[in-house]
Amino acid sequence: MEINTTLLLVILLGALVTFIPRSLPLLVLSKMNIPEPIVKWLEHIPVAVMAALFIQEIAVPNDEFGYVVGNLRLLAALPTLLVAFITKSLLFTVLIGVVTMTLLRYFIPH
Amino acid sequence: MSREIVHTFETNLAWQGVKDCLPTVFGYLGIGFAAGVVQTAAGMNIVEVALISMLLYAGSAQFVVASMMVAGAPVFSIVMAIFIVNLRYFLLSASLAPHFKHFSIGKNALNGFLLTDETYGIIANRLTKKTPFQFNWLIGLNLTAYVNWIFANLAGAYFGNWIENPKTFGLDFALSAMFIGLIVLQLLSRKRWSTDLIVATVAICITLITSLFLASGGINIVLATLIAATVGMVIEKWK
Repeated sequence: MEINTTLLLVILLGALVTFIPRSLPLLVLSKMNIPEPIVKWLEHIPVAVMAALFIQEIAVPNDEFGYVVGNLRLLAALPTLLVAFITKSLLFTVLIGVVTMTLLRYFIPH
Repeated sequence: MSREIVHTFETNLAWQGVKDCLPTVFGYLGIGFAAGVVQTAAGMNIVEVALISMLLYAGSAQFVVASMMVAGAPVFSIVMAIFIVNLRYFLLSASLAPHFKHFSIGKNALNGFLLTDETYGIIANRLTKKTPFQFNWLIGLNLTAYVNWIFANLAGAYFGNWIENPKTFGLDFALSAMFIGLIVLQLLSRKRWSTDLIVATVAICITLITSLFLASGGINIVLATLIAATVGMVIEKWK
């Protein structure tokens, strides 16, 4: 099977601009003494980025739904959040999320 | 004898990493399968799908490539779009650096190459523990996610034609559910409720507000993270 040269170029350059943000800070900062205020700031990154990704996933509209109207994800997120808090298990959370979504799509016409 | 014990210990750590990765396997299977289908529909053959999932190894970026290829975009603008979608990794990678100081450059290059949102979520849930990160645990975790992603992409490329709509089974929600689980576990493990809830709320509000006028999901995530983390730092200074 042949590989399209333009696509190959996109993949190689794309791999580079993916590798740089993933590795460069790790490579440079892990060899430095990071000033204390920056370390304090970095400690808030996990919560901040995961909250942003979470809301992007369930509430930022795409071609499937609006912010609230027709947004089954927002609805499915509620039992999923509850299960996450109660079970503290990632696996259960994912399973309940998928099952809830399947049921919602089955019972609510869209 | 002692070498044997060390060897067993390290193998066990790698297996623990594999186990800790399992909850992400469902989400990645669903989204990776979808990526395989979309990439094939955009004209990629199975070798190209294998290559892009092995070298980019980035869900959102791969969807961007597929859609821009269909639109006939030039190479430069596709690569720029990939870079923008990936900007948030600068922050993820930086936040791990204080905890990854004991690894060699080669190992950290590999840790970085294999960094994704979900494996980051699992790693971040361990940041609160005082024990240092073991490379074998990271490799077990990261390689499981990597192999699963490539497998899912190939399965999507191969079986894509036979499946009418992968959304029927709610599998696309696996990824969203995973983010829900990851943020909740993160909050539970940190026990810094007052600050964390404010940081999360700020991040959520800014992501929503900027999504009204920013088309790219890359920049609004970065903006929201930068501002929310700064708010968190300022609040803790006040206390």
